[in-house]
Amino acid sequence: MSSVVLDVEHNDVHSHDDHHEHHGNFWTNYVFSYDHKVIAKQYLISGILWAIIGGGLSLLFRIQLGFPEANLEWLRPLLGDWITESGKMDTTFYLAAVTMHGTIMVFFVLTAGLSGTFSNFLIPLQIGARDMASGFMNMLSYWLFALASVIMLASLFTSTGPASGGWVIYPPLSALPQAVSGSGIGMTLWLVSMVFFIASSLLGSINYISTVINLRTAGMSFAKMPLTIWSFFITAVIGILSFPVLFAAALLLVFDRSFGTSFYLSDIYIQGELLEHSGGSPILFQHLFWFLGHPEVYIVLLPALGLTSEVISTNSRKPIFGYRAMIGSMLGIAFLSFIVWAHHMFVSGMNPFLGTIFMFLTLIIAVPSAVKAFNYITTLFRGNIVFTPAMLFSIGLVSLFISGGVTGIILGNSALDIQLHDTYFVVAHFHLVMGSAAFFGMMAGVYHWFPKMFGKMMNSGLGYVHFWLTFLGAYMVFFPMHYIGIAGFPRRYYSFTNFDAFSTFADLNAFISIAAIVTVTGQFIFIFNFFWSMFRGKNAPLNPWGSNTLEWTTPRKPGHGNWPGALPIVYRWPYDYSKPDADKDGFGDFIPQDVPLSKTMESNTDEERVLAQLDSDLQKLGEEREKNPFI
Amino acid sequence: MTTALLIATGIILIVAVLALVYRIINLVGIAKEDSNKVTFSNKINGALFPILLVVGLGLIYWSYNDASQYFLPEAASIHGKETDALFNITLGVVFAAFVVTHLLLFTFPFFFQYSEKRKADFYPHNDKLEIAWTAVPAIVMAVLVIFGWRAWADITAPASDSALQVELMGKQFAWEIRYPGKDLKLGKYDVANIDNTNSMGIDFDDVNANDDFMAREIVLPVGKEVELKIRAIDVIHSVFLPHFRVKMDAVPGMPTRFKFTPSITTSEMRTKTNNPKFNYELACTEVCGYGHFGMRRIVKIVSQAEYDEWLMKQKSWLEKNPDYMATWEAKKAEKDAVAQAR
Ligand code: HEM
Ligand SMILES: [Cu+2]
Ligand SMILES: [Cu+2]
Repeated sequence: MSSVVLDVEHNDVHSHDDHHEHHGNFWTNYVFSYDHKVIAKQYLISGILWAIIGGGLSLLFRIQLGFPEANLEWLRPLLGDWITESGKMDTTFYLAAVTMHGTIMVFFVLTAGLSGTFSNFLIPLQIGARDMASGFMNMLSYWLFALASVIMLASLFTSTGPASGGWVIYPPLSALPQAVSGSGIGMTLWLVSMVFFIASSLLGSINYISTVINLRTAGMSFAKMPLTIWSFFITAVIGILSFPVLFAAALLLVFDRSFGTSFYLSDIYIQGELLEHSGGSPILFQHLFWFLGHPEVYIVLLPALGLTSEVISTNSRKPIFGYRAMIGSMLGIAFLSFIVWAHHMFVSGMNPFLGTIFMFLTLIIAVPSAVKAFNYITTLFRGNIVFTPAMLFSIGLVSLFISGGVTGIILGNSALDIQLHDTYFVVAHFHLVMGSAAFFGMMAGVYHWFPKMFGKMMNSGLGYVHFWLTFLGAYMVFFPMHYIGIAGFPRRYYSFTNFDAFSTFADLNAFISIAAIVTVTGQFIFIFNFFWSMFRGKNAPLNPWGSNTLEWTTPRKPGHGNWPGALPIVYRWPYDYSKPDADKDGFGDFIPQDVPLSKTMESNTDEERVLAQLDSDLQKLGEEREKNPFI
Repeated sequence: MTTALLIATGIILIVAVLALVYRIINLVGIAKEDSNKVTFSNKINGALFPILLVVGLGLIYWSYNDASQYFLPEAASIHGKETDALFNITLGVVFAAFVVTHLLLFTFPFFFQYSEKRKADFYPHNDKLEIAWTAVPAIVMAVLVIFGWRAWADITAPASDSALQVELMGKQFAWEIRYPGKDLKLGKYDVANIDNTNSMGIDFDDVNANDDFMAREIVLPVGKEVELKIRAIDVIHSVFLPHFRVKMDAVPGMPTRFKFTPSITTSEMRTKTNNPKFNYELACTEVCGYGHFGMRRIVKIVSQAEYDEWLMKQKSWLEKNPDYMATWEAKKAEKDAVAQAR
C-alpha cells in the first residue's frame, strides 16, 4: 500500500495554503488565480458570454431564412454595411454568421465553456485533491483561451468580415483571400485564435490527466472514481491525441496562404488568374481536419454524459446502472471516434473502398452509444426520482441524445449519405446529438453544482420554466429541420427560393425561426437566475442533493486547498444510493464515499464485508488523520 | 418593419407568459409550505413527461404527414429507388428504437417519482441484460451495414464503357457543362488553357476535343447510363441532383465522377407531380462563396429520340468560336518560344 502513502504526501503539499486564503489581492484571487475553482468560474462566465454571441448570430441568420422577403433595415444599427441598400442581409455576412456561429458554439461554448468549467471544477473536488497538478499551467490555459477569445472576437469587426467558409474551413476557400471576403484578415485571425485555443486546450488536458493519475486521495482507485471524472479523463486523452492534428493542418494552411506552398492547392484558376499551385490536395486537409473534427464531437459530448450520469444517479436515488459498462462504452466511443472521421467525406471524392470501411466503423459506434442510453433509462427504473432542474436537463439530454443519435445511423450509411450530406438533415442531426445534448449537459452541470461553486442555491421555479421552454424549443427548432433536409435543402444556403425543389418549405422555415427566437430569448431566464442567485440566492446547505461524492464534504464555500483539515479518505464507490439496510447503519438513502465500510456493517454487500476487514491500511490512516489532519 | 414589430411583440408576450408561470409556481409554493413545494412541483414535472410523449408522438405523426407532400417526388434514377427504399427501412428501424426508448424514458419519471414511503431499488447492474442490449444493436447494425455496403458498392462501381459522358465543371458561381460530341469522347483539358473565351480550358491539341460542345442545360436520355465527370477550378463545389439522389464534390486538382441512370423523363414527372412547370435541378452543396446558393442549372430528361434530335442541333465549341484556333496556335507558339529561351 505504499502508493497510498505516496499519494497522501503529494496531496498535502498544498495544505499550508489554507492559512493564506485571505491574503493576496483582487488580481491574484480573481484574475490570475491558480485556484481551480476560480479558473472554472472564469471558464463558465466566458462560456456564457460566448453562448450569447453565438446564439445571437444564429438568430440573425435564422431571421434571413425564416423571413426572406422581410426588410431588415432595422438591423442596420447592429450590422451596418452588412445590410445592403435593398434592406436585405448581405450574402457574405450570412456565410460569416454561419461560420462564426459554428466555431463559437463548438470550440468556445461547448469545449471551453463546458469541458473547461467542469473538468477544472470537479476533478480536484471529486478525487480529493487540493488543486490541479499545476496551478500555474492551469491559469495559463485559461488566459490562452482568453487571448484566443479576444482574437476571435476581433475578427468579427474586421472590414472584410470574419472567416466565412464554414467552421470546417475547407481550403481552397479558406486558403485563397480572393475566394471570399472572409478569407482575408478574418481567416488569418481565425487561424491565430485557434492556435492559442489549441495551446490552451492542450495545457488544460495535460493538467487534467496528470491530476487524475497522480493526485487521487487515499482509497480513490480508478474503480471508485465517479463517472464524471472518467469522462473528463477520457475527454482529455482524446483532446491530446487529436488537437495537435488540427494544429498541424492549420499550420500547413497558413503556409499555403502565406508562403506559397501547395499542400492543399492545385490547378486553380480564380478571379481571372491562374495560380501557380500544383500537386496539392484539398482532400488532405479534410482528412486532417476531421481527424480532430470527429473526436471533437465527443470532446463536447462525453463530459456532458459524465455530468448527467452523476445527476441522474443522485436524483433517482439509485446507483448508476452498469457502472463498468458506462466506463467501457466511454472508452469504446473514445477509441472508435478516432477511426470514423471519413464518414464526413463519403462524397468528397475519396476512394469508395474507404467509404465502405468508414461506414462499417461508424455504425459500430452506435453500439456503445446505445448501451449508454439503455443504462440511463434503467437507472430511472424503480428509482425514487427527484426533479431538480439539473435532473430535468439530464433526462432531456438522454432524449436528445437518442433522437439525434438514431439519425446518425442513417447518415453513417454511405449509400444514404449521398442524398443527405450537407443538407439540413445533417444540421438537424448534429444539433440534436451534439449541440443540444451537450448544451443540456452543461445546464445540468450548472444547476447541480451551482451551490458548490457559489455557496448559493439557484431558484428552481425559474429552472423548471427554463428547462421546459428549452426542451420544447430545441425540438421545435431542430426536429422540423429533418423534413427540410429530406427534401434536399442544402445547408449554408442564404436563400431557398432560387430552386423549385427547395422553395416549398417557406412556412416551416418561418416556424423554425420563430421557435429559435423564442428559445434563445428564453435563455435569459437562466442568465437572470444565474447572476441573481449568485448574489441574492439562499445560502446552500452543505449537501443539498444528498450526494455521495467528495465535493460535498468540503465547507460551503471551499477555500484554496478545498478541505480545511485532512483530505477525505475514500472507502467506497460513489453510487451507494438506497442501499438495502443502510438505515440500520444510520444512513438514509445515501452513503457518502468517505464513510468507512466498517461503519456500515449491515448494508455492506458480501464482497464489501471481506473488504472491510482487509482495508486496515486505509482504516489506520483514517484514524491517524482524525488525530492529526495534516498527515 | 412589420416583421420587426411582430417579433418584438412576440418576445414581449412570451416573457409575460413566462413571468406569469413563474408567479403561479411561486404562489403555489408559498401556499403549500416549503416542504410540500418539492413534492408538488415534482408531481407536475413527472406528469409533464408522459404528456409530452403523447402530444409529441401525435405532433410527429401529423407533421411528418403534412411535410411529406413537400418532399422530393419519387427518385428519378435506378439507384435512387434503391437508396430510397433503404432510407425508408432504416428510418423505420430507428423510429421504432426512438419510440421504444422514449416510451420508457418519458414514463419512468412519472411512475417512479419521489415518494417518502418508497425506497429506490439498489440495482447496480445485470450482466445478462447488458449483454442483450449490446448484442441487439450490434446485430441490427450488421444488417444495415450489409445492405448499405451492397448499395454503395453498386453506386460507386465504375461506369460501363457505353455510358454517356458529360463533364460538369464548378466555378464561382456557375456550372459549366460539356458534352463529348459525335466521337463520344471528351477532349483533354488544362486549367492553364483557360481564358476569356475558353472558359473550361479545353485542350485543342487533343483531337477528341474538336467536336466537344458546351450546353446551357443538362439534357440526358432516359434509361441510359450517364457518367458525370466532375471537376472544379477555384474552390470545392459539389454536384447535387436531388431528384436523382446524386451528390459528388467537385474538387480543384482532383477530378471525381458519379454514374447514374435516369429513369423518369421530365414530362413524365410533370404528369406524376401534377406540376406542368416541374424541372429537375442541379445545385451546389459545398459552401463556395457568396453565390453558393445560386448555382442552379436545369436538368432535362428526355426520350432517346428527343435526345438525338437535340444532339443534332448542337454546334461544337469550335464551330461557335471560329476564330479561336488562330489564337490557340499563336499562344502555343509564344509558349514554345518562352520555353526555348529558357
Ligand atoms: C437555438 C439555437 C441554435 C440555432 C437556431 C442554430 C441554428 C443553426 C443553423 C440554421 C445553422 C446553419 C446550418 C447551415 O446553413 O449549414 C447552424 C450551424 C451550426 N450550428 Fe447551430 N444553432 C443553434 C445552436 C447551436 C449549438 C448549441 C451548437 C453547439 C454545438 C451549434 C453548432 C452549430 C454548428 C457546428 C454549425 C455548423 C456551422 C457550419 O456549418 O459552418 N448550434 N446552426
Ligand atoms: Cu459552388
Ligand atoms: Cu457552393
